[in-house]
This record gives sequence, C-alpha cells and structure tokens, in this order.
Amino acid sequence: MLSKPSTRPLDYATENAPAEARGHLLHNLILFGRLLRGLGLNVNTARVMDVAHALEFVNIGQRADFFYTLRGLMVHRKEDLPMFDHAFKLFWRKYIDEGDIVKFPRATIKKRSKPVIKAPPLKEQNDEGNSAPNPDQPPLIEVTMTYSDAEMLRAKDFAEMNSEELAAVKELMATLVWQLGQRRTRRLRPGRDNPIDMRHTLRKNLRFGGEVLHWAHRTPKYKPRPLVVLADISGSMERYTRLLLHFVYSLSQTLKQPVESFVFGTRLTRISRQIDNKDVDLAIKEVGHTVNDWAGGTRIGDSLKTFNFRWGRRVLGHGAIALIISDGWDRGDVKLLADEMARLQRNCHRLIWLNPLLGMADYEPLTRGIQAALPYIDDFMPVHNLASLEELAAHLARLGQGRGPRRKKA
Amino acid sequence: MNFKSIDDLHAALTAQNYIAERGLSTAIFLALKLGRPLFLEGEAGVGKTEIAKVLAALLETDLIRLQCYEGLDVSHAVYEWNYTRQMLSMRLAETRGEHASEAQLFGPEFLLKRPLLQAIEESRTKSPVLLIDELDRSDDEFEAFLLEVLSDFQITIPEIGTIKAKHTPVVIVTSNRTREVHDALKRRCLYYWIDYPNFDKELSIVRAKVPQASEQLARQVTGFVQELRRLDLYKLPGVAETLDWITALVTLDQQALHPSVVDETLGVILKYQDDVEKIKGGQTQTILAHVKATS
Repeated sequence: MLSKPSTRPLDYATENAPAEARGHLLHNLILFGRLLRGLGLNVNTARVMDVAHALEFVNIGQRADFFYTLRGLMVHRKEDLPMFDHAFKLFWRKYIDEGDIVKFPRATIKKRSKPVIKAPPLKEQNDEGNSAPNPDQPPLIEVTMTYSDAEMLRAKDFAEMNSEELAAVKELMATLVWQLGQRRTRRLRPGRDNPIDMRHTLRKNLRFGGEVLHWAHRTPKYKPRPLVVLADISGSMERYTRLLLHFVYSLSQTLKQPVESFVFGTRLTRISRQIDNKDVDLAIKEVGHTVNDWAGGTRIGDSLKTFNFRWGRRVLGHGAIALIISDGWDRGDVKLLADEMARLQRNCHRLIWLNPLLGMADYEPLTRGIQAALPYIDDFMPVHNLASLEELAAHLARLGQGRGPRRKKA
Repeated sequence: MNFKSIDDLHAALTAQNYIAERGLSTAIFLALKLGRPLFLEGEAGVGKTEIAKVLAALLETDLIRLQCYEGLDVSHAVYEWNYTRQMLSMRLAETRGEHASEAQLFGPEFLLKRPLLQAIEESRTKSPVLLIDELDRSDDEFEAFLLEVLSDFQITIPEIGTIKAKHTPVVIVTSNRTREVHDALKRRCLYYWIDYPNFDKELSIVRAKVPQASEQLARQVTGFVQELRRLDLYKLPGVAETLDWITALVTLDQQALHPSVVDETLGVILKYQDDVEKIKGGQTQTILAHVKATS
C-alpha cells in the first residue's frame, strides 16, 4: 500500500495566500517536474502547467488533495507510483520545513545521460544512417572473413570462442533477420474472404437500384505474434550469458512487435526497458546494473512462478510465443517447475525451450529440471552456435498462422 | 450537479453507497473540473466500472457504455448505416419509377448510432458519462482512433459531415492491465490506480451493499477475504467477489462462517482450481481461526 501523506497544511496554501506565494508554488512545481523528469518519469512543461491549472480547483491546504492532484496528472504508470511518492515526500517536506523556496543545487537534478551511439564497425551494415563513423574512435574490431572462416565460426560452440571470435559473432548476430509467425486477429479489412462488407456492397451496387450484383467481402488482418523471452543467467549458463543477451537484443531490435524480456537465476528480473536502448553495449551494461543474481544458483520453478503470477497476464496476450533459454540445471522444487511450466504452456501459443547443451553430441536431457519441464515444451532446440541461431530464425519464421501445436493433456 | 469541493463529491459518492478512497475522489473531482478523461486501472473487481454507473446517477445523466474487444471497429463503436433499410428504400423508390439519390440514402434516418456517436450527439442537453470499459482488450487501431475522438470530441461521417459535442462527455476509461495501453492515450487522461481496500473500507462497502448480512458475518467475511489477499494465490479475490460471497452466504441463511460452508462456497471467491485446492481444508481452518480471534 502506498503511504499517505500527512494532513499538515502547507503554509503558503491558506485561502488568502499572497500572490507571491502562488508564484513560489509555480516555481517549485517546475522544479518538482524537473526532478521527476530526472527520475525517468514522463513529465513535460505542458504537464506542469496542467497541474498549476488544476490546483486552482483544489484547496491545497489539504495536503492529501494536493498530493493526489499532482499524482493524478504527473504519473501515468503504476510502476512510477512509488518513485513519485518518494520524490513527493522528499521535495515537499523540505519545502515546508524551510518555509521558503528551496534552493535546489543544480547538480542534484541530473539529466539522464544520452546513450552514446557508436558508429557501427562494418560500413555495409550502416543501414540506419544514424551516425557517421567517428574518426577519433576507430571501430573496435575489423572483421574481414573468408568464406571458410565464417563457416567455421558458424559451427563453433559459443563457449569455446576467444574474445575476437565472440566479437565477430556479435557482429554477425546483428545481421540475423528475425521474423515471427503471424496471428490472425479479430480485426477485418476489405478483402476476398467470407464476411460480407455491407457498407461497400451497398456503395458498389447503388447504381443498380438496390439489385445486388457485386458482393464486397472482408478478410481478417494478420499481425506478428508478441514474443516473451526468459533467459537463464545462473552460474552454469555463465559462458553463454553475454552472447545470449546480445541475441535477445538483436531479437528486440529487429522484430516489429514488442519483445518482453526477462532474466532469471534465483529470482526473476524484467529487462525489457534496459534492452530497449539504441546502443547494444549500453543496453547490456544497464541490464548488468539492474540484475543482482548473476552467475548464482538457479531456481527455474520459482522464477517461472513469479513470471506467471506477476507478468503472465500482462504480456502473454494476443497469442504470444514464449522462449525460455536455459540449460535446465535446477536446484529448486521439481514439482513446482512442472506446475509452472504447465501453466505457462497453457497461456502461450507456443513454448520454445532453447538449450545450449543440446549442441553437444552426447547430451541427453536427464537432469531433474529438464525431465520435469520436457512434457510441456513444444519445441526443444539448441542454442550453442550461430548455425543453431539461424535454424531457430528459420523455425520461428515458419511458425504458422494456424493453430498452436497439438499438446498432450497434462 | 455541480460539486464545489472534493469533500462535496466524496460525500455524494458515499451517499450513493460508493465508498471511495480520498485519492479517487480527488481524481474524479479533477476529471470533472478539467474536462479530462479519467483513466482507471486496477485488478478485476475493485469497482472500476461501478464508479461510472454511480457517477451517472450522481450527475443525473445517461451512462453510455462501450465494451472493448479485439477488432472493435468504427461500425461497432461509432456508427453504421442501416443497410436493410437502405436496400428497402432503394427498392421502394424503384417501384415508384424513381432512382434513390445518394443524399436520400445516407441521411440521418438511416444512421445507426453506436456508443461514441451517442455520447457526442448534438441533441444532448447535458454531458453524459461515457464508459470505455476494459480498453486493454482492444487493439492499437482502436486506441489510435480513440485518441483522436478524446482530443476534440468530434467525429466525421463522410456522408453527413462533422459532428461535434456541445456538452463534452465525462469519460471514464478502465483497464485491467492485460496489456500496456499506449502512453499517448494515458497522457491525455488523469490516472488513478484503484487498490484493494483495507479492512475498514471493505467492511463499510459490505455493510453498504449487503445490509441484510449480520454484523458478525460481515466482519468475518471481510476478514477472511483480506487474509486471502495476503496469500500466494494466482488470482486474488476482488471486492466484487467479497460481495458475491456474502450475498451467497446470506442466501444460505448463514450467520457466521463455518469451515464446511466456506469450503463448499470457495468457488464464489476463488476462480482457479489450483487456488481452491490450496485453500480448501487445512488452510480454511487456519484462516478462520485467525479471523475469529482478531474480529
């Protein structure tokens, strides 16, 4: 529950407050708006003016009303509410205690640093045209590969690569084209299919005096399916983690539809916002700051449960495809894992599990975790080298517009 | 009705048996004063839709409701031509040896008004309450269209012209967050997140809505549901479920909660089999003992 502000009146807010005090209020509102902006809330100047306008209708001596007025106009997302509450408490308490306009040192209100857009190292890939190559900073790695080099790289396990090869793979990964199967939506557009479009039919046949000679039809519209990625970042996956984050990044950049991404070890963290950065290195750095269970243990069941309970209903709508990336080494409750996998499968169009270990010749899915999860997986595929990623890309593009896979009753 | 202050409105809502948080009253008050849509989010069954009904009653005006779904389009949300009548009229003209002109066929008498058009009709003498329910169920296309309507409250029908609202409707938009609604739309609105009420609030709601329940039963039911919301359930019961449950118990002539009756009626408050299984039996007894000890 959000904490309620105290009902102590603001001293400038009495009915007959001098105009000067009102001026101070506006000044402080602007400062407060800037503070919120600094904290990442979407508050612009027009919004602050709205607040000032709204306050004319409110007795701002009532601190609660003042609080809710500001909150109603300045916050548009539930996630931002706690941030706002803290900012409000800090900012306006200080105001009252000092009884005067607070002199906010400029330095405390930091502007969000703009992401540095790095020039892409390979000129041919510069299709975005967003920045010219920076002469001061030469591209980190020049990759000129012969055909056989590239072939070798495609087949090599990510875990066995040296840093140069990894860098090259990251470049190649950025060139992979991702495409996801489409979903038939309930929205119709003019077309040849069954439902009759009365509006157009009538228009077409007006000149025949009510005799219908040409029928117009409507046909369903198709849209790409949403994608949800759940990536394992526990200790056993460590060798793959960085690359897989690049993979998630390339997915979310190239796909037209929104991609929701999460990582988990012992707990689940949503990283969609961090991944949604123009610069891949910056995006991954941000993820690093957000997540605090890197390379630890794995509790897939618990993480999936958190996902199902807190996020499932919000991100799995509209026939979403769920992608789990994990080796299945689980130290948690196996029964829980099975239950949550079942729930996840029921709620998505297709559940794909990518396992880097599947690339090994003698690998058999015998760990307890995988054994528990296997019955609920629609596609079990490897991710250990570029070739496997290409295979995945081809598979995703094939995922039909039709029904989901046939599933055994769990 | 014109509300002078937030207290005024708050009292009026209470008189209509709607027990609101202070923050919600503030948001509604401002939405009325500023003429902005009110965007309400919250779990299912916390009274998002109800507020529109109560508001319409308070303002003594019409409630126009638009239930959203995927693929909702202009012909279901705004207007459609009455094709059958148009066809008939064409035939009729033909039998008279005339030719129905386009202007005749696309006149107001052939227009079927859907909720959005009804809300901005020029013939209105009073602002109606327009409830756009469960916006998260619709799709991007409809959201974009709605954005346009909500910014100028006017709709253009190619065959007739532009219709503009004389009295801006009071707009309430609700969402269950099964999908993130686009920021552009939310920014036009006042935003309020309706949380589950605390024990005292919920008890007042129960008393106001189901006065025939005994005081003991009301306290126990509220306490029980409050405890359930603390548990790790897939779907927590909303206030609507609390009210359904107590109504069911009153129908069964219950004066207080008994473990066996609770187990038999759990389906009224818990809607997932896993959740029912988890609570039934042992858990019911534990919670009940706790509720009886504290109330």
